[in-house]
Amino acid sequence: METSMSMGLMGRKLGMTQIYDAEGNLVPVTVVGAEPNVVVRFEARRDGSKRAQIGFETVREKRLTKPMRGHFSKAGVTPRRFLREFTIAASEEWKPGQEVEVALFRPGQLVDVIGVSKGKGFQGVMKKHNFSGQGAAHGSKMHRRNGAIGCRSTPGRIFRNQGMPGHLGNARATVQDLRVVAVREEDRALLIRGSVPGARGGLVLVRTAIKGQPKPQEKPQGKGGKAQPARSSKK
Amino acid sequence: MNLIERIEQEQLKKEIPRFAVGDTVRVHSRIREGDKERIQVFQGIVIAKKGHGINAAFTVRRLSYGEGIERTYRLHSPWIEKIEVERSAKVRRAKLYYLRGRKGKDAVLGRK
Repeated sequence: METSMSMGLMGRKLGMTQIYDAEGNLVPVTVVGAEPNVVVRFEARRDGSKRAQIGFETVREKRLTKPMRGHFSKAGVTPRRFLREFTIAASEEWKPGQEVEVALFRPGQLVDVIGVSKGKGFQGVMKKHNFSGQGAAHGSKMHRRNGAIGCRSTPGRIFRNQGMPGHLGNARATVQDLRVVAVREEDRALLIRGSVPGARGGLVLVRTAIKGQPKPQEKPQGKGGKAQPARSSKK
Repeated sequence: MNLIERIEQEQLKKEIPRFAVGDTVRVHSRIREGDKERIQVFQGIVIAKKGHGINAAFTVRRLSYGEGIERTYRLHSPWIEKIEVERSAKVRRAKLYYLRGRKGKDAVLGRK
């Protein structure tokens, strides 16, 4: 199966707000600000797919190592702070130096957003793995602990992936299939429905959703003005 | 002004009549029934105003056939067509939740 990949871009999470859509519904949105990204390298691979490396946010040349300076001067672009790569469908063509702007995305399109989640520190199993914990009262002396973690001499070991306390957050996180509500070219910002990993000001990657296909905009139907999910059966 | 503030500003309505807690208002809201759209008018006393900016909302209370009805509207919602102030009243509180326990004459506020 061929996964159709395409260009994405980097931006910064600016924060969340709400806007009214065309039908007057209040939609929660995350604002992602993205100054134009620039293609630093574009190459075809043996299997026919292509890789594009893009840079985001300019940085003083002094901040870079010599090899990195060479990398940017070869592409003929000013130095950038962040570099990321995307696999691109064979049909697409990009050139080094070309800018990638928010206009890459259209309103209504589904995107995946990748960021680094907020660090939560060392957390117990209730927060980290949604364990139930134990009784709070009635003489219970065990409240938020993990309880039993396995059996006895059969199997004589603890199964892999047993939930344990530990560090939570501050890890790469992807949220799939978020809808682009608006593309503000003049502000170089995307308005994406729902929340996005990370703190305000954090770096996020926005790419075309690899799973979800853009659904046609739902038309108001049914009673009460609520759009019903399309289902074949069920009257 | 940062971008988020600007986005919120754009959503705000330009003209909103000044009304205060205690005022009797007529709220014209657009209601969608199937494919048809009509305007519904809800008249009552503003018993609370909450939030600011894009989050601003207000609650209107009225007695209908002896039953108290409260509706909360978002001030900047496009569903609200018009707000008319019918009369103003003198109140000493920001939230008039005490009206909930009252009926008839006790629930009438003094004029300003």
